[in-house]
Amino acid sequence: MSARDLFTFSNPHFTRGVGITAAILIVTAVVGFIVLPFAQPWVQFANVWDAICSAAGVPQRAANVTAPEQAKRLSEVVLTSNTLSRPSQEAIGRGATLAQRCAICHGPTGISRADSPNLAGQYAAVIYKELHDFRSGARTNAVMSPFAVNLTDQEIADLSLYYAYLPRLPAYHPTPQLPKPNIVIYGAPMRGIAPCGSCHGSLDNKTGSPWLEGQSETYMKAQLLAFASGDRRNDISQQMRNIARAMTPQEIDQAAAYYASQPPDIVKAVD
Amino acid sequence: MLVNRKLILAHFWLAFAVFGIALTLGAWQMFIRSPIGTWLSNPELYYRSLTAHGTVMGYVFPTLVAMGFGYAISESALEQRLVGVRWAWTGFWLIVIGSIMAVIPVALGRASVLYTFYPPLIGNVFYYLGVVLVVVGSWIWVALMSVNLSVWRKAHPGAPVPLAMYANVAGSYLWAWTAVGAALELLLQIIPVAAGLKATIDAGLARVFFSWTLHAIVYFWLMPTYIAYYTIVPRAIGGRVYSDSMARISFILFLVVAMPIGMHHTFADPMVGAGFKFIHSAFTALVALPTLLTVFTICASVEIAARLRGGRGLFGWIRALPWDNPMMLALAFSFVMLGFGGAGGLINMSYQLDASIHNTQWITGHFHLIFGGAIVIMYFAIAYDLWPHLTGRELIDLRLIRTQLWLWFVGMIVTTFPWHWVGILGMPRRMAYFDFGDPAIAPQALSVTFSAIGGFILLTSGILFLVILARGMRAPGADAGPYRFALAVHQPATVPLALNTHALWVALMIALTLTNYGYPILTLAMTEGTSVPAVYVGAQ
Repeated sequence: MSARDLFTFSNPHFTRGVGITAAILIVTAVVGFIVLPFAQPWVQFANVWDAICSAAGVPQRAANVTAPEQAKRLSEVVLTSNTLSRPSQEAIGRGATLAQRCAICHGPTGISRADSPNLAGQYAAVIYKELHDFRSGARTNAVMSPFAVNLTDQEIADLSLYYAYLPRLPAYHPTPQLPKPNIVIYGAPMRGIAPCGSCHGSLDNKTGSPWLEGQSETYMKAQLLAFASGDRRNDISQQMRNIARAMTPQEIDQAAAYYASQPPDIVKAVD
Repeated sequence: MLVNRKLILAHFWLAFAVFGIALTLGAWQMFIRSPIGTWLSNPELYYRSLTAHGTVMGYVFPTLVAMGFGYAISESALEQRLVGVRWAWTGFWLIVIGSIMAVIPVALGRASVLYTFYPPLIGNVFYYLGVVLVVVGSWIWVALMSVNLSVWRKAHPGAPVPLAMYANVAGSYLWAWTAVGAALELLLQIIPVAAGLKATIDAGLARVFFSWTLHAIVYFWLMPTYIAYYTIVPRAIGGRVYSDSMARISFILFLVVAMPIGMHHTFADPMVGAGFKFIHSAFTALVALPTLLTVFTICASVEIAARLRGGRGLFGWIRALPWDNPMMLALAFSFVMLGFGGAGGLINMSYQLDASIHNTQWITGHFHLIFGGAIVIMYFAIAYDLWPHLTGRELIDLRLIRTQLWLWFVGMIVTTFPWHWVGILGMPRRMAYFDFGDPAIAPQALSVTFSAIGGFILLTSGILFLVILARGMRAPGADAGPYRFALAVHQPATVPLALNTHALWVALMIALTLTNYGYPILTLAMTEGTSVPAVYVGAQ
């Protein structure tokens, strides 16, 4: 017994085994790469080679069409794992200095009394993205946009790291804690709404999503309505616009009221 | 001659212990997702459980059964002490360590990525390393099976390799090559990202690599079952194997065509060309061939047993079969489930028909019926058959064994048939929560409830199985004699070289992998800009 006896054309098992396998492969390849592509009357191929390339999935350069001009700017923030990694004390210090000018709305300790977001302990990635969006015009606000427009990349990163560094303090106006509404923990699967908590904490957190506990109810409600109407459009894959559009006014009220009533110290310490 | 009984028992006990845990998780998942359970308000817990269930049932449990059974076959079919016992224990402990390493991050919620990994989802690196260790442990078994066969060949030049060992080694080679796809995915793509060396991953390429493993792994799970069909059942019911050659041809056909078909899992994926999908679809159809050959051969073998017991007539012999024999019962149940599951599989492998059930509960129903049903019920039968030889004690309570098999069969049908049905109605799979109060899916609540009840019947059966085995460890001692495999009607005196060795078929398996996977993998690997940012589980 040796490989030489096995792998030889005088061995009928070899000849038949290889022959039948090759024949099946060739037949299926001819059908898959030539017959079936041409059997689709709605697709036109220049020649057989064109059909084969298409069926093989040869990557093709997309036709040189320029994207239609966007009426409004879209978010262009790119966040990699290195962007905000390893904050230095210097960066946080620079951020603290820069944050002096934010204090009038966002509070000297990062807790707002003006229905602006509380920034103390917010995820750095969130502040980083929003500042970039305000600067580029992807998100607009009469008060914030003028502040953001002159910030450099370095300053945005420093501010993000500074606010992320601050301890999460309870807001000034805690309301009695409400039970978890369905929209927060179940979402509404039949309307394609994931639970709020699956991105914004309490269940799980997804990069770029802020935690919402203790934020101003008025602010959160205003943002949901802005997403629903399309006035706010810096959610990269439209996920918040799709969700907010499908939410009922009642659900918007419930979600905003619930998150506003939660103390921020229950945010999962995962970062 | 079973010498290393402790080794084999260790594999079986670990397999069935983790099976018991994963089965409990499975029943809990069905309950919590059904209208009779109260939603736990946290989908993450559900996915955690699902990941553990899949990882154990997909990687750990069947691998350990195949390994334990493989060692038993090697010793008893070759009548030769196992060569490399230390290595075998090393493999076993690698699986133990790998399983523990994988389960900790899963339990902590740091690796809720499901056992199919689903990049760009990325979990804790130790989960993946644990899975790698399990695979490495099983590769030691592959090597040992090959080594033991070649030692035997040297001592018996030119003699026909016993069918059980021939099939066992075919199964081990299939696994060795099948696991390469997932290994490449883990080592080249996922682990570098999970370890923080990279932040992006080519999810399309990763899915193609995984499809390399994901379909053929089913045939690796199936191998012990088919070996039991051919080499245990006919002996246990007093018959003979109708054809030894047919059996060998079935196993080598699995070796050749089980591999290059996995892309039927990616029919809905855009990164593979339609031509390759068609080829994979056509080859998937070919896999029905060894199964049909097997059904024919085993029915013929069973008929021999029936006629030897005095069965008469065209179908009258069926009544003469030893229906009180657990092995007969397990075989019949297995075939019924294989029939339904196989019919469903024909729909999954058809490019167009798949579109209607893709990613629905139909798929979950399908693979539970085939794997959990047709395959696992024969794992039970294998354990029952081997147990007296491993423990030196008798399994006395045949009635309890029959009850257990009946419960498993009924439970699996009650679980999976409604699953198929709601799948056709469009209910998606991998969902942690369904709002059955919504009028759109309220009519499915009844089916899902039945399915959950089926889950508890399965759990009952699983517990009964463990009880029977545990009681078997304490039963009065009895000499079961040497462990033997079924003889063929015509025991082969000589076997053609091609059907006595695996080289030709392994070569064809690798060649078909290259033709059917080579181009898609190369283009995806060489195309720039196909990676997407990783989504880390449980991280901000």
